[in-house]
Amino acid sequence: MSILEVSNLSKNFGVSEVLKDVGFSVERGEALAIIGASGSGKTTLLRCLNFLEIPDGGSIRVGGEIIFDANDPETLRESEIRRKRLHFGLVFQSFNLFPQYTAIRNISLPCELLAKERPDYKERRREILADTEKTARALLERVGLSDKAGFYPHQLSGGQQQRVAIARALALDPDILCFDEPTSALDPELTGEVLKVIRGLADKNTTMVIVTHEMQFAREVSDMTLFIDGGAVIEYGPSEELFSSPREERTRRFLERYSNE
Amino acid sequence: MPLSVIMLTLLKGFGTTCLIFAVTLVCAAPLGLIVSFGSMSRFRPLRWLTKTFVWIIRGTPLMLQVIIVYYGPGLLWSYTAFPRVSAVLIAFIINYAAYFSEIYRSGIEGVPRGQYEAGQVLGMTKAQIFFKVILLQVIKRIVPPMSNEIITLVKDTSLARVVAVREIIMEAYSFTAKGLIWPLFYSGAFFLVFCGVLTLLFGYIERRLSYFKV
Ligand SMILES: Nc1ncnc2c1ncn2[C@@H]1O[C@H](COP(=O)(O)OP(=O)(O)OP(=O)(O)O)[C@@H](O)[C@H]1O
Ligand SMILES: [Mg+2]
Repeated sequence: MSILEVSNLSKNFGVSEVLKDVGFSVERGEALAIIGASGSGKTTLLRCLNFLEIPDGGSIRVGGEIIFDANDPETLRESEIRRKRLHFGLVFQSFNLFPQYTAIRNISLPCELLAKERPDYKERRREILADTEKTARALLERVGLSDKAGFYPHQLSGGQQQRVAIARALALDPDILCFDEPTSALDPELTGEVLKVIRGLADKNTTMVIVTHEMQFAREVSDMTLFIDGGAVIEYGPSEELFSSPREERTRRFLERYSNE
Repeated sequence: MPLSVIMLTLLKGFGTTCLIFAVTLVCAAPLGLIVSFGSMSRFRPLRWLTKTFVWIIRGTPLMLQVIIVYYGPGLLWSYTAFPRVSAVLIAFIINYAAYFSEIYRSGIEGVPRGQYEAGQVLGMTKAQIFFKVILLQVIKRIVPPMSNEIITLVKDTSLARVVAVREIIMEAYSFTAKGLIWPLFYSGAFFLVFCGVLTLLFGYIERRLSYFKV
């Protein structure tokens, strides 16, 4: 069974249809790349998965559980949304680290807040806090920033901030980690370090949905690729095939334009 | 006239000045927050109403507002509504609430959407997002404009004399009739010290919050 199944997803902003009948699925341990021109709806799609936007139609299943169904208002209960969001992690284009906390605190704070809801939190407080601290340190090491634990976001480069943001998203152990153009706010010489971290995650079979303009990277790192244009899925298939021999004329033209850049 | 009498009079005036300052600050600060919520409301009539209110208050002199609050009821309904000091306080509180509300609003709206959204996708509750993520950033943003506004308030207290509230300048001025100029300088020194202390205090707060950037 697919870990993520999206069917017939649609989203309008006023009269403009931003997503039209979008469907795809992601298997556990797979990476899906989403490519498409600017304004084609990629960010909106990720935001729908993370309940930052509420779709107007369609459904989303995670591990078989229907977490969103446009025809079932029950799936939109505020209290439930917070829990359901935790199926997903989201790495933003603009990092969005919390400026008043150090790198390590950015990673451990959300875990700590969630741990407070555990029934055994009171008795095992020390143990749990020590655990989250340890996890945070391990994650920081994993993204290659052990020496920056006590640094505040403004003291880090963009690439380092984005790596902290990735660690922060990983800390909650999401089923599916989403990236929204994780490198497009970075100077070219800093994209490499971030892409390397994401590659490392792919090698460890982290389930990911990656929106990116880095075609070479998308091709290498992903198992499946989805090309979206004008809010509709134009082509969806194994990455190697889609990139080497696209079936659709529009995909071909899009890829050509990008390889010329 | 013995020196001690002059000093005592000035001190009394300074007491009134401090009273106007403190009461205005303590009342206008929370009231301004409520007004700022109004001006950010999603309910359009409320937002419109609040913005008009803020526009009127900020667009007219505080002196005029003090005069209207004190004399207005008497002239309109031949009925004296408030004692002098209360009238001054009411006008000041309303005026400063309007100014503070704009500072709060820009502080709150200045926090990028991404900060809320990051909190949301990390499973935080609304309260957690506000208290753990947003609040300190808002405070950091509003400290400099608030310190400006509060120092202006110290000096604005002298407007109270238009309705004959005997704050320090009015007291000092009364001695010019007796040919004494130094009480005026003396009262000036009070203001300098008062504002100096506030400047130091706000500088300290700003430094305490300088460990991060927004
Ligand atoms: N909150 C919103 N209100 C109205 N229109 C919106 C909103 N968010 C996005 N849109 C519109 O939806 C369309 C898709 O936007 P989206 O940000 O999803 O595109 P994108 O594929 O992520 O583009 P890019 O590559 O530039 O990031 C755009 O035309 C955009 O103007
Ligand atoms: Mg986008």
